[in-house]
Amino acid sequence: MDTTTERTPIRPFEITEIRRDFPILFREMNGKPMVFLDSAASSQKPRVVMDALVHYYEHLNANVHRGVYKLSQEATDAHERGREVTRDFINAASTKEVLFTRGTTEGINLVAQCYGRQFIKAGDEILISGMEHHSNIVPWQMLAEQTGAVLKVIPVTERGELDMEAFDKLLTERTRFVSIVHISNTLGTINPVKEIIDKAHALDVPVLVDGAQSAQHLAIDVQALDADFFVFSGHKVFGPTGIGILYGKEKWLEAMPPYQGGGEMIKTVTFEKTTYNELPFKYEAGTPDISGSVALGVALEYMQEIDHDAIQAHEQDLLQYATEGLSQIEGIRFVGEAARKASVISFLLEGAHPYDVGTLLDKLGIAVRTGHHCTQPLMDHYGIPGTVRASFALYNNREDVDRLVAGVERAARMLR
Amino acid sequence: MDINQIQDEIIDEFAFFEDWMEKYEYIIDLGKNLPLIDPSKKDEDHLIKGCQSQVWLEAKDQDSTIQFTADSDAVITKGIIALLIRVLSGQKAQDIAETELYFIDKIGLREHLSPTRSNGLVSMVKQMKMYALAFQHKS
Repeated sequence: MDTTTERTPIRPFEITEIRRDFPILFREMNGKPMVFLDSAASSQKPRVVMDALVHYYEHLNANVHRGVYKLSQEATDAHERGREVTRDFINAASTKEVLFTRGTTEGINLVAQCYGRQFIKAGDEILISGMEHHSNIVPWQMLAEQTGAVLKVIPVTERGELDMEAFDKLLTERTRFVSIVHISNTLGTINPVKEIIDKAHALDVPVLVDGAQSAQHLAIDVQALDADFFVFSGHKVFGPTGIGILYGKEKWLEAMPPYQGGGEMIKTVTFEKTTYNELPFKYEAGTPDISGSVALGVALEYMQEIDHDAIQAHEQDLLQYATEGLSQIEGIRFVGEAARKASVISFLLEGAHPYDVGTLLDKLGIAVRTGHHCTQPLMDHYGIPGTVRASFALYNNREDVDRLVAGVERAARMLR
Repeated sequence: MDINQIQDEIIDEFAFFEDWMEKYEYIIDLGKNLPLIDPSKKDEDHLIKGCQSQVWLEAKDQDSTIQFTADSDAVITKGIIALLIRVLSGQKAQDIAETELYFIDKIGLREHLSPTRSNGLVSMVKQMKMYALAFQHKS
């Protein structure tokens, strides 16, 4: 079903009004108006998403897919509507290809185990990169241990970009799978995933794209990308925690064994033999996160209603403004200076530990993330213990940047 | 002074600070001025690895008391270490093992000793008490 024709007219991007949609932005932290710069870890939620959660429990709550009564049918419709909105959001060909998960991590684990157990053998190579989140490293290491497959890593350059020449050499007839991050959560680098997919497909190698960060910042079109799998989390795209999406091409989802066994995922069960349900339910054992899928749909619609080019321009403006402001501070060092970056800035202050900088910013009401950002191999690559990371979402404004720059200046003075 | 007298002294000192930044300026100063641990002790054996910051701790028994020296790669962590050392170092093993460190809470630094912070401090306090227990049974 194509819903693009029914879509609500585009809402112009007006930052003051956008901010009003997110009530939490108006709270205080440590006695100061809060500046929230940790949307790469989890985004805040617009009022409509919270309303959707409450509305679901007030008016629609019942288990899905099995009830003969009206309420269960309505809950099922709302749940499946969340799937359809998601399908439209990533431009998947069919809702059969859109699976609900708990989040990006579960999506990657599902593919590693289900695709891996079916198609990966000893000696086969799995290709990831040096800027992966632990959740796109560990599931493949586990698979490698189980199967005897070998993990290969595309190196990262000093600027924080993938070494594509090295990629060309690492992609060989031994490669059986590529799993790559779309936007680095630590560096902000936007990776050339289309190029990676095209080159991998030339050798019949499927590709998983970790879209945990990109779904918040870029317009996603899984068909244009020709991604075999695309995973992301609801809570990073202004939806609730506990729900995520795994997109998979139908041919793979049909060919792979199911992930977990239980209710929902079966057609018939006898003690001798169980036949599995059709897609997408084959992979969705147990009662799903129904309020989550409903509210995720509302979150994605919220994003789709706003002029996307204007959001991107706004985020790029914040990125540039913050980079300029911070670069005035003596002793600052940026980690990740890729040519194509999303609104994520990682930095270090000379002579100061990220933990110290983060602690002082917290007391000034500024929420940033410090540490290795679950990318320890990347930190080892740069020889640093971690970074301070500020990430900007569509609801941040230039005042937030001003507060950050002033805060980092003050921290620098105190820690020097 | 016994452990609780020192804890109360620190609580009194912190009462003078008007805001968070003043408090942290003081902690940073403490961190910068903490007597260094013997460099040979800054090794894997003395390392307490946290997710955010790391801590090195050494303990020596001296005339039935325990002397602690420590270090961290983060200066705020180090400042809090300086306070912990001021309270616990040079005290009797039994007192260290049995004490309740209430001053951290009272001066508003509890968050740094929360297990989820993972800055090495929680493990450090545990380690200090373990040393105390071990020395107690040795003597």
